Amino acid sequence: MTEASPAKPYALHLGVIALLFALSFVLPDYHHGLLARIMVLAVFAMGYNMLFGYVGLLSLGHAMFFSAGLYGAGLTVYHLGWNVPAAFAAGLACGALLALVIGLLALRTTGVAFMIVTMMFAQVFYLVILYFASWTGGDQGLVVQQAARVLVLGSGSLDLTNPTVRYMSALALFSIVLLVTLAIVRSRYGRVLVAIRENEERTKMLGYDTFSNKLIAVVVSGTICAASGAAYALLFGYVGSSFASVQYSILPLLWVLLGGAATTLGPLIGTLFMYYVIDITSGFTSAYLLIVGIALILLVLFFPKGILGSIRQRWLGWLP
Amino acid sequence: MHFGPHLLLAALEGLVTSAVLALTALGLSLVFGVMRVVNVAHGEFFMLGAVLAWAISTAISGHPAIGFLAALVLAPLIVGAIALVAERLVLRRLNYNPEATIVATIGMLYIIQQLALTFYGPEARPVEPPFSYRILLPWFGYSGYKLSVIAASALLLVATWLVLTRTRIGLVMRATQYDSETAQAFGIPVDRVYGGVFALGAMLAAIAAVLIVPISQAHYLMGQDPLLLSFIVVIIGGLGSLRGTVVAAVLIGLSDGIISVFFSPTLAKIIATFLVAMVLVFRPQGLFGTESR
Repeated sequence: MTEASPAKPYALHLGVIALLFALSFVLPDYHHGLLARIMVLAVFAMGYNMLFGYVGLLSLGHAMFFSAGLYGAGLTVYHLGWNVPAAFAAGLACGALLALVIGLLALRTTGVAFMIVTMMFAQVFYLVILYFASWTGGDQGLVVQQAARVLVLGSGSLDLTNPTVRYMSALALFSIVLLVTLAIVRSRYGRVLVAIRENEERTKMLGYDTFSNKLIAVVVSGTICAASGAAYALLFGYVGSSFASVQYSILPLLWVLLGGAATTLGPLIGTLFMYYVIDITSGFTSAYLLIVGIALILLVLFFPKGILGSIRQRWLGWLP
Repeated sequence: MHFGPHLLLAALEGLVTSAVLALTALGLSLVFGVMRVVNVAHGEFFMLGAVLAWAISTAISGHPAIGFLAALVLAPLIVGAIALVAERLVLRRLNYNPEATIVATIGMLYIIQQLALTFYGPEARPVEPPFSYRILLPWFGYSGYKLSVIAASALLLVATWLVLTRTRIGLVMRATQYDSETAQAFGIPVDRVYGGVFALGAMLAAIAAVLIVPISQAHYLMGQDPLLLSFIVVIIGGLGSLRGTVVAAVLIGLSDGIISVFFSPTLAKIIATFLVAMVLVFRPQGLFGTESR
């Protein structure tokens, strides 16, 4: 990472946000809805990237943080009738708490063991959701009623089921998380995380407490993923156990690898690219998992740095 | 039925699970031990073995035993060949980087699963057992085939152990596991050993699947549970230790059989998975493993 003026990256990120805002007015209905979903899931990928890209910790269990947010928000709305901000906060709190506990346990391991441990905790979480099917709806899931998904602001109210409101809410969440991530990775703390990724022993020797730095990163990452899950429950109104399955732990990994690990915009590009590849190919074949599989193998073989990672390496060294 | 016979039945069922699990997990453990990589597609090689067993046994007419024996020989060979090709084309080019290998084998998992769904279909299909002799115990009759699965698995495990400890191939494999660079320096073709071990691991999973398929049917999603259980067995047994793997497989198979009889299977899985994750967190070398170098 070369020292560059801070203006360039911020201009680029604000430009991307402005572009997404403008797209809202020109896109046809179908793509409008799809892009809203992609932005929410890109937040999930950004949360994953926080840990995988910058700290170099490969987790195979991030579906549990996403679904902690999903169920934290969904269940409080569904069973307790909480309003939207309270439910969103509940989702965030569930994700942060879960990430803290999992981080304390899983960070005792490294490398392959870390991957397997996170995968197993996620599997436990998934099975627990299935076990308490009478509350969670099991693999059938729950549909959050339209009436409960209204954000009351003073005298007015915003109906989150309205496509434009939904798009703008997704964009707002996406923009906040994007700018927060950018600020984190450009801060001193972000540099410490990269130092841990590159050489943990040396970072330790320089006097940094690597364990608590990593733990904070796990909690931040888990909370961002939970924010994505909570937003998904509130904006799209569906809460189901498939979001907690292993597949949803692997998808963010795929999106981040594709877009470029340790790039702030990579998660968005990866999610966008993958969604449209599946969208286009599902016109020809139902075998989209085949494409996911081939994409994963080709990526690790030929583009281990992803789309933005390769661009940064070749042309734009200043990309954050 | 009284408690005693009930427990005996649960234990027998558990032993059948253990037998199949030991073979599958041994494959995963060999790959991890020698190559130091985790093969996430291992469960799919298991599934492939079962699906091929169905295809081969339906293609061959005549007595079911002929079709089954043909499947027992052919299915592992085909699976081994597929694994070898995958290893040569992908894993070797990744230089066996542990993390890249996990991502690549996840890719293989999806590809194999989708191809099985496309060509084999979503149905679960049975394979006829080679013989259907029932052994009559005082309290209940028990399938002779299931007992022969336990025997066959025990034979194969002993055979693998003999190969590993008594033959030149086993010596080469152990040398590579112990220190691949020194092995290379002594003229061992480490690269080819890796290819062979990866194929062997997949073949063991395929054999286990052929053995179990007359009891539980062949289905394109059947690889998920064996994968998770094999992970559990390999971790508890200590990575790369044959004896530990077998002991852990019996332990897990028996307790899974017995817990599932008396409690809900989901609860049994929750408890087992959680405990194993805890073992990995607090005792990463496994319950029976020795401190890794």
